[in-house]
Parts: sequence; structure tokens; C-alpha cells
Amino acid sequence: MPALLSEIINYRFEIFAFLLFGIGFMNLLLQKNLIKKIIAFNVMDSSVFLFLASQGFIDGRAAPIVVDGVTDVHRYINPIPSGLVLTGIVVSVSVSAFFLALVQRLYKRYKTVEFDEIMVLAKKEAEK
Amino acid sequence: MKREWLSRFVSWVETGSAAQPSANARPEKRSGAPAGGGAVKDARKKDRYRLFFNTYYTVAVIVCLTLVSVLIYTVFHLPFFGAENSPAANEVVKRYVEKGLDETGAVNIVAGMILDYRAFDTFGESSVLFLAVTSVMILLLRDENNIDPQEDLASAHEMVIEMDNQDLILQKVIKLVVPCILLFGIYVVLNGHLSPGGGFSGGAIMGAGLIVYSASYGSVSINRFFNMKTFRALTTSALLCYALSKAYSFFTGANGLPTGIPLGTPGAILSSGLILVLDICVGLVVACTMYGFYALFARGEL
Amino acid sequence: MLPWHYNIPFFCIFLCMTAGILMPLLRKGRASFYLTLCVCFTVTSLSAALCAILYTSGDSFTYQMGHFPAPWGNELFAGPLEALLATVFSLVMGLSLLGARRAAAEDILEPKQSFYHVMLCLLLAAMLALSYTNDIFTGYVFIEISTIAACAIVMARDTAHTTVATIRYLVISLLGSGLFLIGIVLMYGITGHLLMPQIQEEMLQIFANGEYTEPMTLVVGLLTVGVAIKSALFPFHAWLPQAHGSATTTSSAVLSGLVLKAYIILLVKVFYRCFTIEIIRSLRVTNVMFVFGVAGMLAGSLYAIREEHIKRMLAYSSVAQIGYIFMGIGLGTDIGIVAAIFQILAHALTKPLLFLSAGRLSEICGHEKEMYHLRGAAWRDKLAGVCFTLGGLSMIGIPLLAGFNVKYLLAQASLQNTVKMWIALLALAASSVLNALYYVPAILALWTPVSQAEQTPPPKNTGYRVAAPVLSALVLFLGFNSKPIVRIIELGLSLLKI
Repeated sequence: MPALLSEIINYRFEIFAFLLFGIGFMNLLLQKNLIKKIIAFNVMDSSVFLFLASQGFIDGRAAPIVVDGVTDVHRYINPIPSGLVLTGIVVSVSVSAFFLALVQRLYKRYKTVEFDEIMVLAKKEAEK
Repeated sequence: MKREWLSRFVSWVETGSAAQPSANARPEKRSGAPAGGGAVKDARKKDRYRLFFNTYYTVAVIVCLTLVSVLIYTVFHLPFFGAENSPAANEVVKRYVEKGLDETGAVNIVAGMILDYRAFDTFGESSVLFLAVTSVMILLLRDENNIDPQEDLASAHEMVIEMDNQDLILQKVIKLVVPCILLFGIYVVLNGHLSPGGGFSGGAIMGAGLIVYSASYGSVSINRFFNMKTFRALTTSALLCYALSKAYSFFTGANGLPTGIPLGTPGAILSSGLILVLDICVGLVVACTMYGFYALFARGEL
Repeated sequence: MLPWHYNIPFFCIFLCMTAGILMPLLRKGRASFYLTLCVCFTVTSLSAALCAILYTSGDSFTYQMGHFPAPWGNELFAGPLEALLATVFSLVMGLSLLGARRAAAEDILEPKQSFYHVMLCLLLAAMLALSYTNDIFTGYVFIEISTIAACAIVMARDTAHTTVATIRYLVISLLGSGLFLIGIVLMYGITGHLLMPQIQEEMLQIFANGEYTEPMTLVVGLLTVGVAIKSALFPFHAWLPQAHGSATTTSSAVLSGLVLKAYIILLVKVFYRCFTIEIIRSLRVTNVMFVFGVAGMLAGSLYAIREEHIKRMLAYSSVAQIGYIFMGIGLGTDIGIVAAIFQILAHALTKPLLFLSAGRLSEICGHEKEMYHLRGAAWRDKLAGVCFTLGGLSMIGIPLLAGFNVKYLLAQASLQNTVKMWIALLALAASSVLNALYYVPAILALWTPVSQAEQTPPPKNTGYRVAAPVLSALVLFLGFNSKPIVRIIELGLSLLKI
């Protein structure tokens, strides 16, 4: 039991990231409110970034910005995940903006952000 | 079921003309009870929907729980968290950290990595931003399909209020703050290769400055110096500059030609070759994009 | 200096992206249309030249993106297979644009046409990058580009249906890319590389040592599921019919014919270059893909039979055709994957032909899409009728058409494994019958003589008159003479192995 506990404590960031991922994933699938869906998407993406960042962390080292001209690999953490997180964040911002624009457009037309109501209204409109 | 679609195909192929029932009328005819059948059918349909959604929910929850448990199970088999000898700490990292300063001239190793070593990814990511703002424009720019008279009335009303009740305190404070915000944004962009920050963060700060200005002074006064034309010119020229300089560096790199761009002394503002130029381009694009998002969402125009 | 043709992949991708960046400057929809068309056909001719050169010399190359070599910088990888795919992708996109120009001009408002063409240019760039990339994270970035662009071209036709369809499409796509991204991160965590050949080295070691086997299995699973969701494999297909059925015809053709396939190409590259096909086979992932592929083949056709809306029927038929591809990959052998890639090409040519013809036929009948109202439409534009018939027959698998060769190759490939052979042969037979059950009635309905047919002369459509015969000719070519194409695919696949 203590062994498992210490394992859990050691991997706490990864475990927490995956729990968050599950929360985001489930809400993205099941929420009917579109704004909540967008929030869920952001939770999901942030959890992936947390996981990514935790892959690059190394105990007791500094952020990868050269200080005093010291370029020793044992001084800094892994810079690659940080760079990938940057890229990922920009992608996620763009997708959120696009998603929000879609929702705003639908809200203007149907005055609601509940997706099931929108589907019913859209079906009615198409039948006319 | 089988009979239904068979009869439908027959109705497609039949040569008879106007007497044929239309596609929408046929289901009633099939159910046999034209008048009273509608309500029953609706109820049945609703039941079916509910059943569908219930199963959908259960399945989705089960799938999610399995996924999460599998993921967490695998976590325990990953390299130890924070360990020095994990597979990720290999020769790639070594070169980025130890030679990065000499090869890219960037003190900020991450900036050197995303804008020089792995620049193609970053170029793709800037295109994602451009793509997002373009698709938001498709959706939200005012046109024949996207016009709501009520809303136009409301926004005209707001405009009148805006013009009549200029909030003196707000505007004076903003007049003081906005230059500082923009200046700080420019500082962050220009120091992207030396310190934390860079094009994306600096651009977001500058965009925030523009948004604050536009929110307090109204669309008319910001349109005097920042309108659709400026937006288009800035984004296009910045992205084009980005694309061309990257294309130049990829082409020379792959063909083994020298770039002829000096790297400068590490630590100075004018150093690290193309990274500074790219940071400025990205900063401009991001600032325009952020402000563009705001303006499109708030007013449907730039 | 490298030989000149080494620069073609890089040049094509950058040409598309630069054209996309410059597009908003063009105010007129016409100008942006012609620019996009030029870009498409330039890329086609360059890629065809590259394909010919690489096929005759029988080699492949990596192109270093920047001043830093393999494990440090990004890279492109090009062989005859990638060049062939790039040729087909750009050609089909150009022809879809040309063939459905009238419909697109009516469906999309004039001031937004240039934005629509931005999306198409970047979509083409993303598909090229997905097939050429040698770096897994570049793959992710371009997957996201193609997600946004694909959603945007669905929603460009501004109706209630398309916006709702776009939201569903976007949500499902985001789930898929989320899973794909986690897969990539896990892969990075256990190998420490992002370039495919280096990943493979590490993966082979992991497979031999057995140290990180669980994460490795999960990686394969996540990447496969992510791609399966984004390319609408059977249980994840719910978003597809509405999105592809309600979009404007160009978008439907491009989405159904090309975008779904680009992800699968990336998956095949990952299988061959990040892992090896032996590892994938021994993890039994291929068996799962095989089962879902077979299920998709049957289920897609069953859905299509019940559909009366012609474009949605074609969209469901795409679900079935994606099933074929996954079944081919699921066989887990080289010739199975050759058959799958041949199916990708055949479907990339046939489905746009069908969509363009359906769009043209419904244009004649006053934009009605229900099968019932399209009766007799073929008599009013015989070219469209003949092309639809040709495409439909190819989908059923009539000999001398592209679809037949697909089924022949798949059947031949399945002979290596006894259990899979029986399932595959039965599924192929059943799915051919099911395909016939909806394509034949549709074709008959189109050719039904209807007395009211000669009311108004159909509007002229020059673009379609150029595009449809070219596509039909290509479908016939793949049917008559599949040997050279199969040989290119075989050569390309063998070069993918490191």
C-alpha cells in the first residue's frame, strides 16, 4: 500500500492531467449547453498541456533560459515540451474562437445556446 | 422495414406524373391512419429519442471511464516523474541547450527551438491563427444572411449613447494606460529571444491594449487609425514576411547554402538572426488577430 | 545544391500557404477562384513530375526544413507514393472547384468567396503536409489546420443545417485530435523524439526490451482511435452525413473525397515509419481495425439504403468506403495496405465525380435533393447522368471500373489469412450487393423517362463539362489499367520502411 501511495504521489501531475482530461472529454460529449462545451474543450486541452509539461520537467533544474552564459544541459529542464505547449495553446485559442463564433451565430438566429433546442428549431426551419 | 424502402424505390422509378404523393406526405400514407396517427407517432418518436439519448449517455460515460482508467493505468508505466535519465532527456535536448546559443543566437532556448530548430511547426501554428480569424470573418462579418434589424437598432442606440455620454474618467485613465500597455507589448515582442515572452505573448498584450482602447472610446475613434484596411494590410504583410523569410531559410538550409544573416552577439536586442524578425511578424499577427476577434464578436465588423 | 526536384514538396506546401495568405487581398470572388485553380493545377503538374522522376529512379528522399539535420529540425519525406497522393489530392481539388463552380457561386455570398478560397488553399497545404511530413508533431499541427478549414468549408454555405452540422463535426473532430495529441505526447514521453525514423529506432528497442510496452500499446490505440474518429470509421460516423450532405457541392466533394483520406495516410505513415507493420500486427491493433472496417462496410451501406436525400446517400456511402480502407489496413499485410491505398485513390476520384454529378443533376431540378424529385433528371443533362451512372457502377464494383479493382485487390490480399479471408470475402460480397441496392435504384430513378422533362432548358455549366469527363476518364483508367498505379504504391510502401 505505501508503495502504491508513493507511486501515486510521484505521478500526481500525470494522474491529475488524465482526470482533467476525462472531465473535459465527458463534458464535451454530454453537455448540451454549447458554451459549456467550449469550456470543456478548454479543460481537455489544458489537461493535455499539463501532461506535456510534466513530461519535460526534471527535478531541481531551471527554466530553459540561459543565465550568465552557462550552457550546461544539467542546469535546465527539457525545452521541447515547453515549445510544444506554446504551439498547442495557440491552436486551442484559435479553435475556441472559431467555436465561439459558431455559437454566437446560432444564438443570434435561435436565441438559445442549448444544442438540443437548436437542433429541433433547425429541423423545423428546414421543413418550412 | 424491407417493404418500406422497396416501395419507395418503386415510387422513384414509376413514370406517373403529378398524381404521385410528395416525399413529405408519404409517411402518413404508410402508417395507415392519416388523421389520428400523428399524435401517437410523435409520442413514439419522442420515446425513441429518449431511449437513444439514455443509451448514448450510458455508453459515453462508460467509454470515458474506461478511457480514463486505461490512461491512469498507463501512467504508472511511464518514466519516473522528474527523473534525470528519462528517455526524453537525450541528445536532442543536449544540442538544443548546449549549442542553442551559438547556433541560433537566442538566449531563450525555447524561442530558439520553436523559431529556428522546429520552425515549420510554428509556421503552421501561425497559419492556424490566420485561419481562425478568417473563419470567424466568414461567420460574423455582416452580410445579407447575417443581419438582424433589432440588433442593428440596438447597436445604433449604443453608438448614440457612446457619443453623448463620454466617460471622462475612464477615457483619461485609458489614455494614460494604453500607451504603457502597447509599449510593454512591444518590449515583450522585441525581447522574445532574450527573456520569457515572444511574439505570441507580446502580441496578445498589444491586442489587449487595442481592445481596451476600442471598448472605452468606441468603434468610431479606433476606426480612425485601425480599420479593415489596416487590419488586412498588417496581417497580410506580416504573414507574408514570415512565410518568405521562413521559405528562404528552409530553402537555403536544405540546399546547404549559407544564409548570409549575421547572428550578432547573444544577449543584444539586435541578435539571433531571423528570430527577431519572426517574433515581430508573429507579434503583429497576434495583436491584429486578438483585436479582430474582439471587434468581430462585439460588432460584426472591423 | 540538391537536385531541383527535391524542392518540389516544400515548394508546393509553401505555394498553397502563400496563396492562402494573399487571397483576402483579392476582392472579387472570380479572381480568388482562378488563383486557387492555378495553385491546384501547378501543384498537380509539379507533383506528377516528381512522381514520375521518383518512380523511374525508384528512390525516396528526406528534405531538411532549415539548417539542422534529422533529430533536431523538421523534415519532409517524399517517395513515389507521397508524390502520387499529392498529385491526386491537388488534381481532385482543382476539378471539384471547377465542376461545382456555379453551385459554390450561388451558395456562398460574393464578399466571402475569397475567404472560402483561403480555406481551400490551406486545406490543400495541410493535406500535402500530412502526406509529406516526417515529423509527428508537424502532423498534429496540420491535422488541426485541416480540421478548422474543413469545418469552415462546411459552414461557408450559410444555412441553419450547415451551422448545426459544423458544430457536430467540430466537436467530434476535437475529441479525435485531443486523443491524437495525447498519443503523440505519450510517444514523446517514452521515446524522446518527434521525427519518425528516430521514433522507430526507439520503438524497436522498447519492443525488444519490453520496458514501456503498456504505454506503447496505448499510443498505437490512441493514434488509431483519433484518426478513426476524424475519418468517420463506423461507430464514429454520426457527424458525417449531415456535414457532407448539407455543404456546398465543392466542399462535399473535397471533404468526402480527400480530407477523410489525408488522416488515414498519416496513420499509415505512422505505422510504417514510427512503428513497423510487424509491431502493429503483433499488438493486434489490426484485428480491431479489421472488425470495425467490416462493420463500417455493411453499416454504411445499410444507412445509405434508407436515405432519400441524394447527397446524404452519397455521404453514407463514404462511411462504407472508409470501412473498405480500414479493412485493408486491418489485414495487417503489405498487400492489404496496398489495396487500402488503392481504395483511397479510387474513392478520391469516384466520390467527387458522384458528388459533382449529383450537384449538377439537382441544379437542373431546381436544387431539389430528394431522390423522388430527381426522377428523369439524367435525360435533361445526359453527361451528368452518364457520369453518375459510371461512378455508381464503379462503387458497386462492375469490372473495368476502379471499384472492381479495389475489391479484387482486397480479396487477393485477404487470401493470406484463413480466418480473415472468409470474413473479408463474405463482407466484400455482401457490401457489393448492398451497394447495388441503393446505387441501382438511384441510377434507374435518374433515367426514368418523365413526361414533364422538357420544360426549361437546363442552365449551362461549362465547369462541370470540363471536370466530369476528366474524373470519369481517370476512373476508367484505374479500372482498365491499375497495374502501374499499384506498382507505384508498392514501391512507395517499400520505401516507407526504414
